[in-house]
Amino acid sequence: MQKAVFPNKLLPYLLLAPQVAITLVFFYWPASQALYQSMLKEDPFGLKSKFVGLQNFAQVLGNPDYLNSVRVTVVFSVSTAVLAMALALFLATAAEKVVRGKGFYRTMLIWPYAVAPAVAGLLWLFMFNPSMGTFAYLLRDAGYRWNPLLDGDQAMLLVVVAAAWKQISYNFLFFVAALQSVPRSLIEAAAIDGASSTKRFWTIVFPLIAPTTFFLLVVNTVYAFFDTFGIIDAVTGGGPAQATQTLVYKVYNDGFVNLDLGGSAAQSVILMAIVIALTAIQFRYVEKRVHYA
Amino acid sequence: MAKIELKDVRKVYAGNVEAVKGVSLSVEDGAFVVLVGPSGCGKSTLLRMVAGLESISSGTVQIGDRVVNDLEPAERDIAMVFQNYALYPHMTVRKNLEYGLKNRKMAPAEIARRVDEAAKMLEIGALLDRRPGQLSGGQRQRVAMGRALVREPAAFLFDEPLSNLDAKLRVQMRAEIRRLQRRLRTTSLYVTHDQLEAMTLADTLVVLNAGRIEQAGSPMEVYERPASLFVATFIGSPAMNLLPLGEQGIPGLTAPEGLFSRTRPAETLGIRPEHMRVVDGEAPRPEEMRFDLTVSGVEVVGAESFVYGTLPKGGSEIAVRVPGYSHAEPGTPLTAAADTSYLHRFDRETGRRI
Ligand SMILES: Nc1ncnc2c1ncn2[C@@H]1O[C@H](COP(=O)(O)OP(=O)(O)OP(=O)(O)O)[C@@H](O)[C@H]1O
Ligand SMILES: [Mg+2]
Repeated sequence: MQKAVFPNKLLPYLLLAPQVAITLVFFYWPASQALYQSMLKEDPFGLKSKFVGLQNFAQVLGNPDYLNSVRVTVVFSVSTAVLAMALALFLATAAEKVVRGKGFYRTMLIWPYAVAPAVAGLLWLFMFNPSMGTFAYLLRDAGYRWNPLLDGDQAMLLVVVAAAWKQISYNFLFFVAALQSVPRSLIEAAAIDGASSTKRFWTIVFPLIAPTTFFLLVVNTVYAFFDTFGIIDAVTGGGPAQATQTLVYKVYNDGFVNLDLGGSAAQSVILMAIVIALTAIQFRYVEKRVHYA
Repeated sequence: MAKIELKDVRKVYAGNVEAVKGVSLSVEDGAFVVLVGPSGCGKSTLLRMVAGLESISSGTVQIGDRVVNDLEPAERDIAMVFQNYALYPHMTVRKNLEYGLKNRKMAPAEIARRVDEAAKMLEIGALLDRRPGQLSGGQRQRVAMGRALVREPAAFLFDEPLSNLDAKLRVQMRAEIRRLQRRLRTTSLYVTHDQLEAMTLADTLVVLNAGRIEQAGSPMEVYERPASLFVATFIGSPAMNLLPLGEQGIPGLTAPEGLFSRTRPAETLGIRPEHMRVVDGEAPRPEEMRFDLTVSGVEVVGAESFVYGTLPKGGSEIAVRVPGYSHAEPGTPLTAAADTSYLHRFDRETGRRI
């Protein structure tokens, strides 16, 4: 790479300034506020707050509700990311094979991305609401006891599907582009080399799109962690009995509903640490197995 | 080992593009047949139909004693070397070579034996644990050859395998491919647009033009008796000189009495640059044609030079080969001569040889 040389010593800093300012205002400032807040405790009337050190953290981590929420988050995030990516990859490989109407097919698959998370949640809620949803009705008719308002596993299934559905379009776009970048002659060579189409996919195509898969894994995990608040809030509100209360949802619930600002801030800080750790792990370990052509 | 037999093979792509318009060709067992032709003439299409990568619109392709029209590429017992090599970038060289054998559930001992043998033959033994991205172009080419070799197929198909190499390496690999094929005696069908490559490699040269075979024969046959104007200009460098023969002969050309007097369809005459010489004051011989030229340029190649001159009255430009270094000055007159026995004559309407 070539080193850029600026005639003026000040210029490079000026050029960087807007980016730095935005990061400062929208990330470091709130993050430090959260860190500060997490060490305070407010009195019951919210008039005064006092410094309590790490007491909030001890309380949060010692709370069985919080540990339950960790478990819920793991189940929810892994299921959502895996489901969203697997389905998107399946649809993208199918789209590769479509000869006529390729554009139409792709456009249709991209639409869900334009739907706001809360609206997506509502759509799924309406379809599967035990008292008025069409699909809930069909399921009950088929003899299945469908009631996500009471059954925690069913509620989890519903939010996972809704959250994954929202993300499929995004993943689909990236997978389509990745599949197109695999040279056709490689697949032809593998066909001559006696590999069946399934084998070609797993031994040639899949390894070659691994960089995209890895990138999507990071994006989807972060999405499942942070961007699914609207969906969960619309579909289950974290219930029943906290069965779908993810960490982010709990931050909101404890902070804004239960007004435990100190505890909520401590949770935010923990959450931040988790995400930083998660991303670091992903880059450090997963990326090593990824082949960048 | 097997014979490849094409019978009236056609290919019509979507949108009614007829890329191959009825080609019949037989590649004898152990022969090296080179398909040569300009870009877009359907060479790759033809090869890919033999490989099974492209469907056959009509006609039959037979490999050995089987008609393979409806067989998958894997079932045709062929190996192909691609122009971009198509090596699997995420696998080591060894894995690349093994891939086709493992897919066929070959015993590990046999796989190892074949890989070793191919590695030795192609001198890629030291590269087996590298990935394609860590190889030079020439090394990749060898690996691509190796991948075809280990399969020990009935036939090799090559689609311009050398066109991504630099000139020197191309000549070297060309010789190597020839040597390997001679040694293994595997039936080979080789596609190129480089006529020099075609001439040096082929047992049988097949010149393709616009989806049809113009001529098939040994390289020397094709060179010495081109069947059409197209072949005459395509094979040989610089190209054969062409002279449209008019009612009053050709201005600036003196030919022996009666040479052009026969009543015929409109003709185009052809003569290769190396069959012409510069006249240096000596008297004309009876079987000789003479050209009065004005020098328009000189190309010095090294061992030889080509002097270009134009006939009077806006006539054709003619290349004359001169051994060594030519001192001809552009704008000066020059007389060139050629023996009439070297003359090629073509029907101008149909382009066929007369
Ligand atoms: N998939 C396709 N769909 C439609 N037309 C095609 C397709 N592939 C090739 N053609 C056309 O068929 C003709 C022959 O193509 P082909 O690739 O066989 O040429 P070629 O002789 O190999 O040329 P080159 O030397 O440039 O590789 C061309 O006119 C090309 O435009
Ligand atoms: Mg081609």
